[in-house]
Amino acid sequence: MNTTAVPATGEPAVRKNSPGAARGTRRPGRARRTALPYLLLLPALLLEILIHLLPIVIGVAMSFKELTQFYLRDWGAAPWRGLDNFRFAVDFDTPAGESLLKSFTTTCLFTVLSVGLCWLLGTAAAVFMQETFKGRGFLRALFLVPYALPVYAAVITWSFMFQRDNGLINHVLHDQLGLTDSPSFWLIGDNSFWALLIVSVWKGWPFAFLIIMAGLQNIPKELYEAGALDGAGMWQQIRKITLPSLRSVNQVLVLVLFLWTFNDFNTPFVLFGKSAPEAADLISIHIYQSSFATWNFGAGAAMSVLLLLFLLLVTGVHLFFTSRGRKATDA
Amino acid sequence: MRRYRAVASGAVAVSLLATATACGGGSSAGGGGSNESPKTLTYWASNQGPNIEADKKILEPELKKFEQRTGIKVKLEVVPWSDLLTRIMTATTSGQGPDVLNIGNTWSASLQSTGALLPWDEKNFSKIGGKERFVEAALGSTGAAGSDPAAVPLYSMSYALYYNKKMFADAGIEKPPATWDEMVASGKKLSKDGKWALGAEGANLSNNIHQVFVLGKQHGADFFDAEGKPDFTSDGAVAAVKQYVDFMAKDKIIAPGNAEYAQNQSLSDFAKDKTAMVLWQAAASTFKSQGMSDDEWGVAPVPVQAGAPGQGKNVNSMVAGINMAVFKNTKNLDGALEFVKFMTSDEEQKLLCNTYGSIPPVKAAQSDPAFDRPELKVLRDTLATSAEALPQVPSESQFETVVGTAVKNLFASAANGGEVTTESVKAELAKAQQQMPQQ
Repeated sequence: MNTTAVPATGEPAVRKNSPGAARGTRRPGRARRTALPYLLLLPALLLEILIHLLPIVIGVAMSFKELTQFYLRDWGAAPWRGLDNFRFAVDFDTPAGESLLKSFTTTCLFTVLSVGLCWLLGTAAAVFMQETFKGRGFLRALFLVPYALPVYAAVITWSFMFQRDNGLINHVLHDQLGLTDSPSFWLIGDNSFWALLIVSVWKGWPFAFLIIMAGLQNIPKELYEAGALDGAGMWQQIRKITLPSLRSVNQVLVLVLFLWTFNDFNTPFVLFGKSAPEAADLISIHIYQSSFATWNFGAGAAMSVLLLLFLLLVTGVHLFFTSRGRKATDA
Repeated sequence: MRRYRAVASGAVAVSLLATATACGGGSSAGGGGSNESPKTLTYWASNQGPNIEADKKILEPELKKFEQRTGIKVKLEVVPWSDLLTRIMTATTSGQGPDVLNIGNTWSASLQSTGALLPWDEKNFSKIGGKERFVEAALGSTGAAGSDPAAVPLYSMSYALYYNKKMFADAGIEKPPATWDEMVASGKKLSKDGKWALGAEGANLSNNIHQVFVLGKQHGADFFDAEGKPDFTSDGAVAAVKQYVDFMAKDKIIAPGNAEYAQNQSLSDFAKDKTAMVLWQAAASTFKSQGMSDDEWGVAPVPVQAGAPGQGKNVNSMVAGINMAVFKNTKNLDGALEFVKFMTSDEEQKLLCNTYGSIPPVKAAQSDPAFDRPELKVLRDTLATSAEALPQVPSESQFETVVGTAVKNLFASAANGGEVTTESVKAELAKAQQQMPQQ
């Protein structure tokens, strides 16, 4: 009440009192007021251009050049090659294109599984952690440890654990439980996909847990109380109250997890080194190998541009559908 | 009003600062060296000792000695092998690199083609005492034939067969194998009860290349034709790769676990009496650091298909080693040459090669009695009579990556029980060849 009353009476009073005097100072004042936000934005904008946009533009320019070892030292002088690099990358009849396609499908499968599992684990843990019980704080902190550890240290430990002859995983699976006939390889061959997935989920789910936990705090208790009165069990409460209320949180969470996982370079690089096994050849490491190992930075840049376009498309579609969904519920 | 002005000018200042810092980093990539800062040098050393700390301990006193003599302070960075090539490439692109650096001698031609390294013409060589001071074989791995070398030899090495004397005695084997047939025969006696005959670093791309290059020579194959074009699928090359992988797949004298080795695990297996033989270059210091005394292991030349090591099909090692190069953009050209002269002087060569267990590529230093140990005698003879340099072509380092990966994949499939056939080897090599740059 009070707050609405003050401006209603205050503003006309100002206008009425000094019409002439205000005109002299108001115009520059308004210009100033409109310019100030832009001026304040300027540093961020310039940095954004320098740190984000400029490298992207240079990367896109590189993708049209034949940037090999012969032009590395003076890369401005590398000849323009038009769309050659793109043709090279998407010609699926050649080994280069074929392996890019295979790497792309591997990455898609990997991302879907990893994001799905991260979300599932994160949501389950967050929901169970809603109840107050002894040791809850400790468990919450413990769950966040993988997220807080430096990537390199954590993944290198995993790579020790996955070693065939001396690793912990095989020691448990083979030596102690006797589940396998012979010790399995985790860092080479087809199993490397699962090794990578395990590490990725281990590393990614605490973030989902954290975000969902924050989202849960915003669901009013009354909803659950009303649901309980209407006879909804725990499962029904989760399905009918918790999940719909988390909808907007989930939309952002899944998008962020998707982008991070799809682009993840550190995990496979630390786990497998420069040449990842085919089963775990994620797109980021594939692009790295195409540019750094074969010194063909033009082709690598072209693949990166294609990756960028794909991710933009996915993000665009995601935003289109989620915002439409939101409008529909708003209306 | 005043507050507005302060805020606005603050915003503008931050923007200007941001732009200035971002633009201030680079320097022109063009141009040659200069002598702008004659009192300092940056030196990237490769990892030669058991670890990086050991290298620092070995090199720092020598750099102090150099500083006392010339007044030039050398800033040392020991770069691990896994990063070195990428670091050099980055430095090439930005023009911001060290003044002097070590390179794997097999990269010489690749790095030469980027134009980042100072060419060693007559004039530059004369400043370090002349080309004649160096051994011929080592000079063969300093860049493409017909152009000025991109680097000078610093440490030389060759491959030898190291064998575990105790394991040989236990299996009743009297002498190390001289041919691959003998290797397989002895290997089958050694490979039992969780022990294995031969070690391999199946996931180490460079090591794979060194082995299959030599076997390729023995099968009469080069991986590049006379024009420098890749030729990975010749019968000889396929047979060479198949022979190497078959030690695991068919002959079963290499433990399957070696397929994922890339961090010298095979040397620890050797020291733990789990593997009886390794094909290695200058392994003495590593064995010592693993707690093995010098009389527990023996050295012999790497086996050949038949006969004795020599030239042509009886080559049994690559010319291994480290070269020293000067970055063309150096700001202390004279100092850099002075430093190379110091590091390749007879005195330093004797001292450093003796510490690292390598062979001096400088003729005068080789005559030192320190290099008459049985191990070094084998390595030195091999280098002098039966070693050949890896192809000196611009795409050599790509070759290491793609063919090294092909061998790694074949080992992985052999380790998982898959069959390795001539067709599967050929297919893998064909895939590797198609990844090579089109020139």
